[in-house]
Amino acid sequence: MGRFKTGEKKDVPEINTGSMSDIIFMFLFFFMVITNMREATLKVRFEPPLASEVQKLEKKSLVANIYIGAPLGKNENTLPPGKVSVQLNDQTIKAEDLVEDVKDFIGTERESRSEADKAKLTFSLKVDKNVQMRYVNTIKQELRNNNALKINYATGKKSDMKLK
Amino acid sequence: MARKTPGINTGSMADISFLLLTFFLLTSSISTEQGIHRRLPPPKKDTEKTIVDINKRNVLNVMVNFNDAVWVNGQEILLTQLKDKAVEFLENPTNSNTLPEKEIIQIDNMGEYPVSKGVISLTNDQSTTYNMYVQVQNELEKAVNELRDKVSLNYFGKKFDNLDTASRKAIQKAVPMNISEAPPIDYSKTE
Repeated sequence: MGRFKTGEKKDVPEINTGSMSDIIFMFLFFFMVITNMREATLKVRFEPPLASEVQKLEKKSLVANIYIGAPLGKNENTLPPGKVSVQLNDQTIKAEDLVEDVKDFIGTERESRSEADKAKLTFSLKVDKNVQMRYVNTIKQELRNNNALKINYATGKKSDMKLK
Repeated sequence: MARKTPGINTGSMADISFLLLTFFLLTSSISTEQGIHRRLPPPKKDTEKTIVDINKRNVLNVMVNFNDAVWVNGQEILLTQLKDKAVEFLENPTNSNTLPEKEIIQIDNMGEYPVSKGVISLTNDQSTTYNMYVQVQNELEKAVNELRDKVSLNYFGKKFDNLDTASRKAIQKAVPMNISEAPPIDYSKTE
């Protein structure tokens, strides 16, 4: 005759959490490998335009960033008439120092690379999509004057829509 | 007497690694660096003024005005039409005498190939938005990529992206990217 086990309580075995940390560590390493750290805090608004024919930059260490966009804070230096800032390294630059600052920036970026890498140094223009071309043209002219000819227009990736 | 060492409690290890994980998730960005590569012309010397005599048929004038409208050779077109215009201009399939001339050049790996002498002259207004400028550059890039793919399929049976470096160089010679940027005009000042 069968009997129901009513009174007895069976202990649920505890889940072994020892391997949990290993899994999390695996996640951690995965993210550390596929991501790259933001090296400068953004002081300007930067929303890249989208393009379909983009090329990847080969090495991150061979890229120097120039940000152009609307200033995020109130106390940032702007270019006249006061709606757009240019950020080099960690700070926005003043309009009257623009020529000198860009020159210094290019100089220090070149200095910090080895002789072989100097020729491969790319200046990535990270320009907000709403910025007028006059500011970009000014910076491009300065880059040209300082013989920094390899540039890159940073864009997001747009999937190429095929209408045919 | 060997004493048994008590097991270290690893229960909090998971918490610590979670903390690290969230830290890295917040401080990093997954997006890889990408964009459109360009080479600026070397700085001009004040003394020498280079007037390169380019035949009119060899130039495609692309202008983006203050209103972000695209004009090609004095005709307003839509951005979506620009690529086909550029392809037609650079390819000149019928050897028409209103489109650019070609010059037979000896290229390694490919032999003799008629290379177009066409130059796309890009002018933008100071008030053009950067977005529009990038879109135009993108369309021109697309045109060149399309031609390069076509030529490399003909000669090597592969797409341009899948070629080895030597053949890639050959194709780049056969279909050069000639974009010349004219000094920008400023509509707001000429008003």
